[in-house]
Amino acid sequence: MKLTEHFQYGLNSPICLTWELTYACNLACVHCLSSSGRRDPRELSTDECKSVVDELQKMQVFYVNIGGGEPTVRPDFWELLDYSIDHNVGVKFSTNGIKLDPRRAAQLARTDYVDVQISLDGATAAVNDVVRGPGSYDTAIRALENLASAGFGQPKISVVMTRQNVDQLDEFKAIADKFGAQLRITRLRPSGRGADVWDSLHPTAGQQRQLYDWLVARGADVLTGDSFFHLSAYGEALPGLNLCGAGRVVCLIDPVGDVYACPFAIHDEFLAGNVRSPGGFEEVWRSSELFAELRQPQTGGACRSCGHYDACQGGCMAAKFFTGLPLDGPDPECVLGNADAALAARGDSTVIPKSEVDHSRSAPRNSRVNARQPVALSLTPPPRRMDGVSPGPRGSTRPARDCDTSPLAELVASDGLG
Amino acid sequence: MRRLLVRRVLPDFDPGRPYRRSASVALRPESFGALVYHFGTRKLSFLKTPELVEVVTGLEGQPDVHAAIAAAGVSQELRPSYLRALAGLAANGTIEERA
Repeated sequence: MKLTEHFQYGLNSPICLTWELTYACNLACVHCLSSSGRRDPRELSTDECKSVVDELQKMQVFYVNIGGGEPTVRPDFWELLDYSIDHNVGVKFSTNGIKLDPRRAAQLARTDYVDVQISLDGATAAVNDVVRGPGSYDTAIRALENLASAGFGQPKISVVMTRQNVDQLDEFKAIADKFGAQLRITRLRPSGRGADVWDSLHPTAGQQRQLYDWLVARGADVLTGDSFFHLSAYGEALPGLNLCGAGRVVCLIDPVGDVYACPFAIHDEFLAGNVRSPGGFEEVWRSSELFAELRQPQTGGACRSCGHYDACQGGCMAAKFFTGLPLDGPDPECVLGNADAALAARGDSTVIPKSEVDHSRSAPRNSRVNARQPVALSLTPPPRRMDGVSPGPRGSTRPARDCDTSPLAELVASDGLG
Repeated sequence: MRRLLVRRVLPDFDPGRPYRRSASVALRPESFGALVYHFGTRKLSFLKTPELVEVVTGLEGQPDVHAAIAAAGVSQELRPSYLRALAGLAANGTIEERA
């Protein structure tokens, strides 16, 4: 059996685990995949977080991708960072840079086993601040300057690709080079508040091609979180395992301890359990009903007859779900246009699933609690059938280089046999 | 200090000499074999057969690499491919020569 097939059936522990420490955030990015803003009062305590780290150490999860919200606004963030590193669970954390003053930058430079990812969604303040808010460009650049001055080796600049910034790819690369950083670009998902802006922000078909061509020509040292595997249907497979790892090798722990199949799928349909329940995270990972279903063999559904199915695997589960498309059909950004008809056919009566988890400062308080009426999922088939997002058997065997928040990280695989 | 293992010159792989699993790596058992994590380079890699896992973990107790391969019960015809895999593991720091 090929390695990717083993991945399809799930591993003893996740390879790539995202852990969002808080829903609190100083920013209010329009595309926030976790609809962050306000702290959730049920947030895991410092001791509970340490217990999760203990479990991860025992399960040999060798590093976590920490995010939020803005993780550094948790007063115990630095304590948890040290605790995790001391327990052999390395940390990559994503931040908008708000707390990375010269003192913290120097502290990070002294710390082994930590990676820092600064979010930036425009190569200019004009483009960035529309999405991430006024002043956020300057905050990110200042953080990069502080890290560079402190001698922190190679932070990452993390960019969500949008219709407004695809033309700035070369400029992003130049910024990364200037600060000795590595560029990381990822796909915009219609998750969280991203659902509200997806129609106007997601790259056009022409821009998807432009992005693909740029990655093929210039992307050798650019990380992608394996998030553009739907573009592999253009021809040459992009580096990465080109599969959806949700619930199989990837998952998310949210700030209140809920475990979801992937960071882009914060919705009850993809909720596997909670780390506070008996047996903790390990029990959820190994025994949850949802994850067991995700680890079943997949059929490919409507995409199976497409000649490019092996390349793109039907694309991203979350992208389909949150645009109201069937999970066993094409990705909304299918490069062959196979989803165009289904997208156009969505009418006023189409109910597009929306997460009940919303910590936006603009949302009513306790919105989740108040939103307990049933959520209609009419047009979509039972969402737990993951047809079409399976890591197919004949997929690319090229190693992924990066994972970060998405599928598979730094799988410099292929050291074994064959 | 960060990134102690950025670049270092690796000696040629000599299966006639004693090796061991590097102190910087951890192995996590999986159905296919094991997942390897190198705490220095922060790279993940995979040992794709249980026998290869046995070879890697058994190196320490054997006088050389050939003996470790034999002790793991690897058949004669497969041994060249195991030697190639182990050369790769030496190159990426998963295993190292011991004194």
